[in-house]
Amino acid sequence: MEVSSLPISASQRGKLISAGYTSLSSLSSISPSHLAQDLKISENEALEILKVASRRSGLDRIDNGACAIVNGAQTAWDMLHEEESSVRITTSCSDLDDILGGGINCKEVTEVGGVPGIGKTQLGIQLAINVQIPADYGGLEGKAVYIDTEGSFMVERALQIAEACVEDMQEYNSFLRKDVRACQIRKEPKDFLDNIFYFRICSYTEQIAVVNYLEKFISEHKDVKVVVIDSITFHFRQDFEDMALRTRLLGGMALKLMKLAKKFNLAVVLLNQVTTKYSQGSFQLTLALGNLLQLRSGMMFFICLYLLWLFLK
Amino acid sequence: MANKLISQMGLPKSIANVFAARNIITAKDALSLTEFELMELLDVGLAEVTLALAHISEISCPSFQTALSLLEQRIQNEYLAGHLPTRLKGLDAALCGGIPFGVVTELVGPAGIGKTQFCLKLALLASLPSSYGGLDGRVIYIDVESKFSSKRMIEMGVNSFPEIFHTEGMAKEMAGRILVLQPASLFEFTESLQQIKVSLLQHHVKLLIIDSMTALVSGENGQGPPRQHALGWHISFIKSLAEFSRIPVVVTNQVRSQGRDEASRYLFQDQNRTDAPEDPTSFDSHLVAALGIQWAHAVSIRLVLESRSGQRFIKLAKSSISSPMAFLFDITGSGISLLDDDGVEMTGPDINAINFQGHSGIINFDTGMTR
Repeated sequence: MEVSSLPISASQRGKLISAGYTSLSSLSSISPSHLAQDLKISENEALEILKVASRRSGLDRIDNGACAIVNGAQTAWDMLHEEESSVRITTSCSDLDDILGGGINCKEVTEVGGVPGIGKTQLGIQLAINVQIPADYGGLEGKAVYIDTEGSFMVERALQIAEACVEDMQEYNSFLRKDVRACQIRKEPKDFLDNIFYFRICSYTEQIAVVNYLEKFISEHKDVKVVVIDSITFHFRQDFEDMALRTRLLGGMALKLMKLAKKFNLAVVLLNQVTTKYSQGSFQLTLALGNLLQLRSGMMFFICLYLLWLFLK
Repeated sequence: MANKLISQMGLPKSIANVFAARNIITAKDALSLTEFELMELLDVGLAEVTLALAHISEISCPSFQTALSLLEQRIQNEYLAGHLPTRLKGLDAALCGGIPFGVVTELVGPAGIGKTQFCLKLALLASLPSSYGGLDGRVIYIDVESKFSSKRMIEMGVNSFPEIFHTEGMAKEMAGRILVLQPASLFEFTESLQQIKVSLLQHHVKLLIIDSMTALVSGENGQGPPRQHALGWHISFIKSLAEFSRIPVVVTNQVRSQGRDEASRYLFQDQNRTDAPEDPTSFDSHLVAALGIQWAHAVSIRLVLESRSGQRFIKLAKSSISSPMAFLFDITGSGISLLDDDGVEMTGPDINAINFQGHSGIINFDTGMTR
């Protein structure tokens, strides 16, 4: 019985078994409140048990059959399960979340492009705040790395967004969780700012250096769950003489970011500018250096903020 | 950071020597090569190269700080946490205090709308002592089209701050803090910029105004829409200047009519253009900001000045701190004043549109700006 191998107290184990939860899969899709009711324990305890169970099932999956055949392989079923149960970072816009299937996904690189002034930096700052939403409210409870290449990060705006987030959490508290005293808001808006690691990058060399350094940085700060780069192509568009070099560097950077996303299970969000391209007899707006980034990173999808803006209007 | 020497990074002797032998001296040289290229060039194994690159990256990477320490620094060290109040209550409220330090603010609008007036007022405000809400410092005003008028500026000063300007010698002192440059060509402008960067901090320069950016390029080219590549270097230079010295930089931009061949503002697909009915008049009277999209990305705050049915509006078109707002304004003896501090919140693409009703012809770049 898998439940017997969980590192929980004997009494909790006994309650689980007598209530009928004998395998880890039975615990994977249940909510803490439901479990608390079933076992007649507090919701906090139920949450703890579920955390332990999910950690264990994560490890178990690595040891199962797929790996026996080819090293590092994962079955499609496991991937589906993982995708469905992964927590996404909400963008605070329900329409956008719907399009994205719940929010920005970890283990993926997402590119966001748009015309100047449309709200790319706003979205970046919003994600850096939303990633910190506690698990009790359906968030990732992680930290954020914000790599600013243009100087567009406005700290006052981040504070405003953090204040709104705290207000939202308080509303949620009062509407849905009247009975649980344990869920008091302990986070202040300034605490949100304390969990955003800000890098200011002034040249493409520094940009490459920071992407290389991120691996070490994130292994030291394991709770970073989102890396926002604003914007990814700015330094590569200013008088770059050697085009071939630019292609190689951007491609290498995109690959490293994908590896980072997968290895540490975090979301990488790239904000990009637009430029005009002459094709089929007319000028069109397109993402800057889009072909270079697209070719190298298979798991990117583009969000055209203009269409979204139309949609949201 | 990019020019840090590899020899001073504390790499193990053996690998440091190999780098030097292959003429890879600075961090930039090393990081511009991929790992495989380095392997081939230095004739060492992948593991060693990866380790060396990781070390070099860590040293060349700028240090980080949390957003909280950034905020606290600003509140502690800078005037009003980094803002220059414009004395226009509604606008200052929308901008969380005023024109922000460290970023480029753009003023765009048709000729004669009041951009230079706004700049003159800002120059005056920045030179005032802090007890009157100023930055108590020098101002560098780059006047490309020779529109600067000291007489007008003193008039503004006398009307807005009579106590200061009627005091003996104060007008001279305030006016003495404003340095006006009139570069005759793009080359001179470039040279001046480089000089400014060097002497900015030691001479307590607190504001840089460039009026106007478009005129610099038009002088060189003459016909057609301005080449944005000519200003590519200047755009990033001005941005970095603003950021490192933490001063506000205000740049004015002119408008031009949108030609039919160019990308219509926000269309991403081709189909829309063929579906829309051909309406030549609507296209020709469409005004857009000159200098193109690369410039538009580089500015952080864009203030659009326009006139509609005889009324002038100042619109906060691009700002990461506030929602798009439009304020009614008028030009008075003391500069610009808002007729209504509350402003109108605008949604949709209208915030970016530049109207100039009352103007009979097409503003064409070839014929130049007419007043």
